Amino acid sequence: MSDAVLPFEEAVAAFDPVLGLEVHVELNTVTKMFCGCATTFGAPPNSQVCPVCLGLPGALPVLNEAALTSAVRIGLALNCTIAPWCRFARKNYFYPDMPKNFQTSQYDEPIARDGWLDVELGDGTTVRVEIERAHMEEDTGKSLHVGGATGRIHGAEYSLVDYNRAGIPLIEIVTKPIEGTGARAPELARAYVSTLRDLLRALGVSDVRMEQGSLRCDANVSLRPSPQAPFGKRSETKNVNSLRSVERAVRYEITRQAAVLVSGGRVVQETRHWHEDTGVSTPGRSKEQAEDYRYFPEPDLVPIAPEPAWVEQLRATLPEPPAQRRRRLQADWGFSDKEIQDLLNAHALDLVEATIAAGAAPAAARKWWSGELARRANAGGVELDELPITPAQVAALQELVDSGRLTDSLARQVLDGVLAGEGEPGRVAAARGLEVVSDDAALGAAVERAIAANPDVAEKIRGGKVAAAGKLIGEVMKDLQGQADAARVRELVLQRLGS
Amino acid sequence: MAAGSGHPAPDLVRRGAGELAGMLAAGEVSAVEVVRAHLDRIAAVDGAVHAFLHVAAEPALAAAAAVDAERAAGTSLPALAGVPIAVKDVLATRDMPTTCGSRVLDGWQPPYDATAVARLREARLVLLGKTNMDEFAMGSSTEHSAFGPTRNPWDTSRIPGGSGGGSAAAVASFEAPLAVGTDTGGSIRQPAAVTGTVGVKPTYGGVSRYGLVALASSLDQAGPCARSVPDAALLHEVIAGHDLMDSTSLTDPVPSLVAAAREGVADGIAGLRIGVIRELGGEGYQAGVRARFEEAVGLLVEAGADVVEVSCPSFDAALAAYYLILPSEASSNLAKFDAMRYGLRVYPEGVSDPTAEQVMAATRAAGFGDEVKRRIILGTYALSAGYYDAYYGSAQKVRTLIQRDFAAAFARADVLVSPTAPTTAFRLGEKLDDPLAMYLNDIATIPANLAGVPGMSLPSGLAEEDGLPAGIQLLAPARAEDRLYRVGAALEVLLLRRWGAPLLDRVPPLLEGVA
Amino acid sequence: MTAAISREEVAHLAMLARIDLRPDELDRLAGQLDVILAAVARVREAAGEDVPATSHPMPLTNVSRPDQPRPGLTAEQALAGAPESEQQRFRVPRILEED
Repeated sequence: MSDAVLPFEEAVAAFDPVLGLEVHVELNTVTKMFCGCATTFGAPPNSQVCPVCLGLPGALPVLNEAALTSAVRIGLALNCTIAPWCRFARKNYFYPDMPKNFQTSQYDEPIARDGWLDVELGDGTTVRVEIERAHMEEDTGKSLHVGGATGRIHGAEYSLVDYNRAGIPLIEIVTKPIEGTGARAPELARAYVSTLRDLLRALGVSDVRMEQGSLRCDANVSLRPSPQAPFGKRSETKNVNSLRSVERAVRYEITRQAAVLVSGGRVVQETRHWHEDTGVSTPGRSKEQAEDYRYFPEPDLVPIAPEPAWVEQLRATLPEPPAQRRRRLQADWGFSDKEIQDLLNAHALDLVEATIAAGAAPAAARKWWSGELARRANAGGVELDELPITPAQVAALQELVDSGRLTDSLARQVLDGVLAGEGEPGRVAAARGLEVVSDDAALGAAVERAIAANPDVAEKIRGGKVAAAGKLIGEVMKDLQGQADAARVRELVLQRLGS
Repeated sequence: MAAGSGHPAPDLVRRGAGELAGMLAAGEVSAVEVVRAHLDRIAAVDGAVHAFLHVAAEPALAAAAAVDAERAAGTSLPALAGVPIAVKDVLATRDMPTTCGSRVLDGWQPPYDATAVARLREARLVLLGKTNMDEFAMGSSTEHSAFGPTRNPWDTSRIPGGSGGGSAAAVASFEAPLAVGTDTGGSIRQPAAVTGTVGVKPTYGGVSRYGLVALASSLDQAGPCARSVPDAALLHEVIAGHDLMDSTSLTDPVPSLVAAAREGVADGIAGLRIGVIRELGGEGYQAGVRARFEEAVGLLVEAGADVVEVSCPSFDAALAAYYLILPSEASSNLAKFDAMRYGLRVYPEGVSDPTAEQVMAATRAAGFGDEVKRRIILGTYALSAGYYDAYYGSAQKVRTLIQRDFAAAFARADVLVSPTAPTTAFRLGEKLDDPLAMYLNDIATIPANLAGVPGMSLPSGLAEEDGLPAGIQLLAPARAEDRLYRVGAALEVLLLRRWGAPLLDRVPPLLEGVA
Repeated sequence: MTAAISREEVAHLAMLARIDLRPDELDRLAGQLDVILAAVARVREAAGEDVPATSHPMPLTNVSRPDQPRPGLTAEQALAGAPESEQQRFRVPRILEED
């Protein structure tokens, strides 16, 4: 029983989509939001809990100062106003993965509000996405649903709850309604999450791995007949676990809602669950009334009033926004848009930057990382930064080529040696005897041997057929196992044969 | 008498904590003897009083023996080492059940100690057991305990006050020289008043709430129950002080309350400005309660204090504000009792494959008493969409007004006074059917919780119409509980002089042949 | 102004609070709450628009702790009070809500 959908082009021709994106970021703090339990992933169930995060009677929360710092830095990086004074609030509802049956969060007093993030689309257009707020909250425990067909909640007989993740610090970032994107809404949604992810990674506040759940996106979509009309009813789609899913889920929802509307129906305000495998979303349990969370200020935590001087200090130490950094580096290095994009796709920007810092020229650094090294990473099924070679070593390798001690092809052999753990490029070259022979006497001897072995070719060259030198050069190179500068060999051959 | 001589001293239970501490330190008696005497007393009278929900006899004797051994070995021990104490069953104790007077936690044993309890143990006080209380501290009579009421030692057909009736009764019946209670709207002070004992609610944040099962998080405080002001000071100093595990705990150093009590007695209170709160103590207060209060104020004047009348008009709305703030916070605090992780689990009748939600609802229906249900529903209402501003929001504004009234009053007076409770101990069952009548018991004590200021109740005498104890309440500015101890100790001496003997000497015998 | 609270409202509140009240309890509670609400409604008149609300009685701010681990509970301790447990997890009846 799948929903009817309208073809996307028709949908966006007939309706104006409005987006709202809510992103939850799991912070990479050592301990939880309100207690000193560890946050490391993959521990045995219920082994990282204490009275506080288990919600035992009598336990009390105490705020993690690193979580607050990360929250403020995120707010600053998103160009938000940091609240001079704010409180936590209790969001009250019952659910077995909630130890207290309320979530300690922030309601009408978020730590950061009214910011923006510039998002670059593939064709270079920039969209400024306005940020409504960023606030602090805690994560819930995790349930395993047992007995149903797919391990999903539907049809399960019972559930098993692990509270290790209960109390993990989260920052929720909410956009203001994103209007005017039209047919590019799905693309923008994806680009927003991707840009936000890069920013958060640059801040160092989270692992931001969607597939691991440290970055989660809920996509709100509504349609209206025209940009002048009031907002339509929106749906919220959860379980959007990758950038690709963000784009697809938004696209799907536009087509689904359009189909509802054109058939004269009403869009239901509901929460939907995305299924990446089938490319559709399904509705959650419909609620007759919106849940009443009965928010009130959390009495067990005292208000937060960040010192302005401290906030300014954090602002001063923010890393350069990724987009700005990219533009600066591209200009400095003189790369084309395609070249820089390739580097980004390969996650090689930092590596190239470090290689250049170690002395290599930009073009050469780029060539290594997006060329030979990228090939080897792909072949080995690893990330570039997992290859056992450092940017300094790449720079050293390039230096050997630049100084004429290695040809490109020899350098590739030295690279093999470095990746195999044989040591620094210079040492590998020496140990494997790969350096170019630059001693003219040795080269000259090899040239003599080639001439002696190929008298008719030598005769042709003496007669003026310079092109025939290629054969002799090839012989010399083979003789010297490639460890010669071909251009010098050519010079010697022609000299010897008097052309 | 040599320590451990094997002759039990029957009057050991009549001694105060300070006295016992002195005797223990001097080697006149052993901790085991002291503890055993109190355990014997509990065995003899608690059938009639029902102050205790749990008595930890073996662990108590073991703890006492350890104190004795260390003392014999010459180890230096804290001042109160070996003195027995009872703990209200709302505080987490890792080696004893913690029921909060509720079926929903019947048999639950926490895996951790409340900070206040940990401090008792560090001070080497000997925990005798856990005392009875109104369920989740909601009540003024201890009749709302799921495990049966506690009875007032002065008249066992009467209530001992609430919610901490068990702690007060344990102290008043000489089952323990000290007890720790908790006070959200008067639950230490009102039981103290109706049992003729001393009870103190510290400044909000003065004592850690970590491990204190929350009722109303912005109102709750743990505090001392004792038979004298100096004894209360001894206990108060042990449990008070900053705690890293409680974000709302004060970082101020604990003032020397024992010294303050001593100074009050030695130096007197000449020049002290006493503020009588006009809104508390007029109509609705029992004649004998008012009379004893006025006499106590008269004694202070005789001793050189100046009296002024202060008006705190917002106090007329305090009860209303309290009965909105408390249920609201409590409705949220009690949500954790849902049968999923600990405590009672009840399956709904006649449902073959119940959902988690159904089990939650069935458990909470079966596990919570009427008063708890009443307040949870009230609190859910007061917080719900559309009603927040009118109820909870408005109540928090009244709170601001109450703080302002206190500030204005303390500009004119050093301490404020009132009767602690409007009546002496009423009979069991008398107010059970009228929740509002029950709530009125807290009318004088509630303002201090809303404002966060400290308050003390000490006995003012017996009301002539029924011969039952009444209390006088002292209130001081936030962080100034030393004033309470200074004035309270001085007043206590004046009253003792008037009575000729401690008030508690007049408690009727609880059992035939038992002193 | 007396606040009237109906039986239906009480039932809704009981659902929000996850308490399964019997019909007789609903009736009794509705009556009692009506009386209590009338008594507490006076807070609306007592405090004017311009009075700020006080959520925390003492003026503390900025209490936090360093991001350092503290020993917690063992799984055994955590599960000790569990009505039901399995595979070192809390076993709970089937959950109806979609999460």
